[in-house]
Amino acid sequence: MELSAGDTAWVLAASAMVLLMTPGLAFFYGGMTRAKSTLNMMMMSFITIGVVSVLWVIYGYAVAFGDSGSQWYGALTWSKLGSSVTDLVSNGSAYPIPVLAFAVFQLMFAVITPALISGSIADRTKFVTWTIFVAIWVSVVYFPVAHWVFDFGGSDATGAGWLAARGVLDFAGGTAVHINAGAAGLALSIVLGKRVGWRKDPMRPHNIPIVLIGAGLLWFGWFGFNAGSALGANGTAALAFMNTQVATAGAVIGWLIVERIRDGHATSLGAASGAVAGLVAITPACAFVDPWAATVIGVIAGAICALAVGLKYRFGFDDSLDVVGVHLVGGIVGCLSIGIFATKAVNEFGGDGLLYGGGLTLLGKQALGAFSVLAYSFVVTLILGFVLDKTIGFRISRDQEIEGIDLTEHAETAYELEGRGGGGIGAVLSGNRVAEGARA
Amino acid sequence: MKLVTAIVKPFKLEDVKVALEGRGITGMTVSEASGFGRQRGHTEVYRGAEYTVDLVPKVRIEVLVEDADAESVVDAIVAAAQTGRIGDGKVWVIPVDSVTRVRTGEKGPDAI
Repeated sequence: MELSAGDTAWVLAASAMVLLMTPGLAFFYGGMTRAKSTLNMMMMSFITIGVVSVLWVIYGYAVAFGDSGSQWYGALTWSKLGSSVTDLVSNGSAYPIPVLAFAVFQLMFAVITPALISGSIADRTKFVTWTIFVAIWVSVVYFPVAHWVFDFGGSDATGAGWLAARGVLDFAGGTAVHINAGAAGLALSIVLGKRVGWRKDPMRPHNIPIVLIGAGLLWFGWFGFNAGSALGANGTAALAFMNTQVATAGAVIGWLIVERIRDGHATSLGAASGAVAGLVAITPACAFVDPWAATVIGVIAGAICALAVGLKYRFGFDDSLDVVGVHLVGGIVGCLSIGIFATKAVNEFGGDGLLYGGGLTLLGKQALGAFSVLAYSFVVTLILGFVLDKTIGFRISRDQEIEGIDLTEHAETAYELEGRGGGGIGAVLSGNRVAEGARA
Repeated sequence: MKLVTAIVKPFKLEDVKVALEGRGITGMTVSEASGFGRQRGHTEVYRGAEYTVDLVPKVRIEVLVEDADAESVVDAIVAAAQTGRIGDGKVWVIPVDSVTRVRTGEKGPDAI
């Protein structure tokens, strides 16, 4: 097989788009926290780019996509990415793109997945412990689960992940990314406990315009995430692209309808949240359903997630920015929707769901995929979280939390609104410079 | 001498300023303020969670006047700031013992 310049160009461009989602997520989350913890919230996303990229080049790619023949993990070896510069991708079938293009595309998924978790533990997480958590979590949860779902093995399917081999359909990561992150977020919100003043103090989003910027960047980058997962510039990519757009649009409407009826107002935070819920839900389904079905999935996901964000108050866990309500619930809705709406008429490699004469077979497989990833991620994250909490501590002190985590963990504040450069009270409040460069 | 203090809705500041200038008032001090009266605050909803915001933004206007002008200045502020709706604010007057202009050292009514 000859390398395809068109396919390769698209996958490389899509990889850059998926990278942009992580800073986009930082804005989405950062605007929703209080002003005193917005930098920490954004840093929890940014640090995943650093940590996960480095681990990927050392061993992460091999653990996810290496060839040891195991259905549980790739291979416990070094990634050795430099040795495959001229190789083309073989993942179930052959693709005319370089292995390195596939490796960098998949890296961006590994980066954003732990970043998604961070929203559940806003305002109160020790930054060093979070960094260590990310390194261990991607190693024992994300890399293996990516193998389960995304590795279709060699040309004879040997070494395929156990969910991929069983025919669980997940085009771009409803299980490996969103259910995985959502279940981990639930576990960590239990480990770390509630924020000081939860349900008593106002914890209103401090800057909704940057939440909307973040949602917009996520929406843009998500075309790379979903349409890029076709690993080629072709009809499947175009289908995924169209479905991503219409499902997200539907979810904005679905979420806002619920808000308008329940609360009396359609909010801008609701529109941003609905968009992300729709993006999450269509992710696994985007290449397996007709665009009309994608729209329906979006509306349903938007409405269900708008209701699901209230669960934390009913059950009493402080999932601060609704990682469970949006990513876990949205991911489950998307995964199961494949079992209902999928049709081989749009993708011969997909399946037929309930509405297309497939009976309950596909729905059963989808449920297996969704709930096995949920259970594995939740249990492992809960154990890992408790171990880190009992050893090095996972949570900052009460005083630090009240003072503000930006200041106590990073020695910075997000907003400098006092200084006007001309003396007066503003200059006094904005502080004096006490050292040039590195402190002596 | 009297100090007239008015708490009004922020969007009424310009109207009050114009009204006072029209009455020959040559100076005032304006600051942003927060508070509530009988109207209390308002509610906001984020992802279905309802918050009550008790302190609503207001503007505080302070004007030093001679005794004889106090009543008419109060009337001018009320006329300019009134919308007739709840939350319009309050105006009060207190006596002032002494006033000194920093630049010249003038004291009393001359310093106003």
